[in-house]
Amino acid sequence: MSKSSISEPTRGFKWIAAILVAFYSLVTIMPLLWIVATGFKSSADSIAYPPKITFQPSLEGYVNLFTTQTRQTKEFMAANPPKNWYEEIVHSKGMVIAGPSRFGERFLNSTIIGFGSTFLSVLLGTMAAYAFSRFRVPLKDDLLFFILSTRMMPPIAVAIPIFLMFRAVGLSDTHAGMILLYTAVNLSLSVWLLKGFIDEIPREYEEAALIDGYTRFQAFYKVVLPQAATGIASTAIFCLIFAWNEYAFAVLLTSGTAQTAPPFIPTIIGVAGQDWPAMAAGATIFLLPVMVFTILLRRHLLRGITFGAVRK
Amino acid sequence: MADVVLQGIEKKFGSVLAISNLNLEIKDGAFVILLGPTGAGKTTTLRLIAGLERPDSGDIKINGHSVVKNTPAQRNVAMVFQQYSLYPHMSVQDNLAFPLRSPTLNFSEAEIKSKVNEIAEVLQIKDKLNNRATALSGGEMQRVSIGRALVRNPSIYLMDEPLSSLDAKLRADLRLELKRIHAQVGSTLLYVTHDQTEAMTMATQVGVLDKGQLVQFGTPREIYEKPSSLYVASRLGLPRINSLPADLFSGAPRGAIKMGLRPEHILQGKGKLASVIRIEHLGDQTRLHLSLEGFNIVTLTDSETKLAVGDKIKIQPNNALYFDANGNRIE
Ligand SMILES: Nc1ncnc2c1ncn2[C@@H]1O[C@H](COP(=O)(O)OP(=O)(O)OP(=O)(O)O)[C@@H](O)[C@H]1O
Ligand SMILES: [Mg+2]
Repeated sequence: MSKSSISEPTRGFKWIAAILVAFYSLVTIMPLLWIVATGFKSSADSIAYPPKITFQPSLEGYVNLFTTQTRQTKEFMAANPPKNWYEEIVHSKGMVIAGPSRFGERFLNSTIIGFGSTFLSVLLGTMAAYAFSRFRVPLKDDLLFFILSTRMMPPIAVAIPIFLMFRAVGLSDTHAGMILLYTAVNLSLSVWLLKGFIDEIPREYEEAALIDGYTRFQAFYKVVLPQAATGIASTAIFCLIFAWNEYAFAVLLTSGTAQTAPPFIPTIIGVAGQDWPAMAAGATIFLLPVMVFTILLRRHLLRGITFGAVRK
Repeated sequence: MADVVLQGIEKKFGSVLAISNLNLEIKDGAFVILLGPTGAGKTTTLRLIAGLERPDSGDIKINGHSVVKNTPAQRNVAMVFQQYSLYPHMSVQDNLAFPLRSPTLNFSEAEIKSKVNEIAEVLQIKDKLNNRATALSGGEMQRVSIGRALVRNPSIYLMDEPLSSLDAKLRADLRLELKRIHAQVGSTLLYVTHDQTEAMTMATQVGVLDKGQLVQFGTPREIYEKPSSLYVASRLGLPRINSLPADLFSGAPRGAIKMGLRPEHILQGKGKLASVIRIEHLGDQTRLHLSLEGFNIVTLTDSETKLAVGDKIKIQPNNALYFDANGNRIE
């Protein structure tokens, strides 16, 4: 850029900004790195004091996370030598693998409930937002305010009534119940976010499509949706992050069948006290789906919004 | 191809009366141009016919059938929007093909391709077919949006200032092209413009709107030569008609308050003395700004004129139009 450019910050300013950003990223990413590292430590290393920065990496935590183990007699151990690398790890502690742990199921629950409720929140949110944005809905402002108001108190404040209601109608500890709950909590966010995005899409596009021979729904589907992609992607990410990380309701309303990963991970108990590497391994794996989802949708988030084709 | 009839249409936006008691008959194959200042209700009229707005009262008939309850798709109209709105997430090609792919039509991809190519040729945007709709200049966007209307065979074409952001040459080319399409296909067109040349050369009829009312409807020549009011007279003509007190020159009929004097209806060399205050050379015409008894008058002169600012010349009206106190023309 030339020196005379007025919008371009100076070189020194750019450096300061870069350093600040780098410092901030470091501070926020440290705990994360620590968790990832802990997942690869041995039990002893994970609680060593002072904490170890360098260590001999081990998959013990991951093996513990995915298996349940029992202690066996020396004779049994000698008679059954380990057949592969993970049995070897367990063997060296004087234990044998009794079977898979519950983590896989819990992770699957998280996936079903997280993505299921995200899909529903975004689907319903998009349609509601479109209606609020385009049609004359009676009591529109009041309805919108009502939808927003469901966000004004902390959801956990209604935990007890919801607990009782879920028990009464048999939704406790079911996938459907959790999907319903998270969808309800996320809807206010998705309606409001998406309404903002759809409001920005000029009506002329749909009007043109109506005249070009399409029905209102086809115009919505072919013209509005592609242009709302940015909004839909960011809304989906927000909804997923909430549903994925939600802890309080999950603890209260699920215990087995539908239990998600967040309440499960802290219950991982090792042979002697808390098994930190296993918990850290669980947390690491738990982070991945949201990360991947966000990276996949990043293209839509970053793509410039293309409103340039209407003459203002 | 169809005729369109508007009967007693009224349309309000809140308290704004956009259209009031509008009666308009567009014959099959007519090329009707709507004139009117900004806010007169031209766009609203087109949107009412297209079905994007519902009239508060009155009836709209296409081919004799009332269509007020029909959706835009059922009315089978094509429209070029004043704010041409291309679908930004599609290529130019897909924009042009979009109307042909509508569920009401049933074209094969090969037919669509050939129709799109044909239109792109006519509108001189063939080399832009693969561009994204957002990667176009304003004039190119406007041509694509005209193209999107022309690919189909609707009952009526509605065009809202379709040539407004094109350069003079392209405008002239497309003017001829639209006329050719109109003559060849015999389509019915309702067209909004502020451009005198477009109105005079393309229209079979011109409708003049004022504050949501149709004040005159007739051939371009009628509108120009026999305007029903001073308001209509000032819609057409460049430079604009001079509006002067009726008694500035002798010969005004009884009851005349205002005289409308078109620039070409002023004879030079006899009559009253006026002084030259400005001379504008526009290339194709030379405008002479005169001052007569405190009134400004614009007339034309030849480009070789020897006149200079401050000179005095004699002028006299020839074929003046006279208007009464309400602005209506007196025969
Ligand atoms: N959606 C709307 N809501 C409220 N008022 C409107 C709406 N559309 C048009 N109007 C009003 O109706 C009147 C006619 O508008 P219209 O767009 O038909 O004018 P126009 O003749 O096309 O003007 P222009 O030459 O500037 O395009 C104006 O007073 C305008 O403010
Ligand atoms: Mg308009």
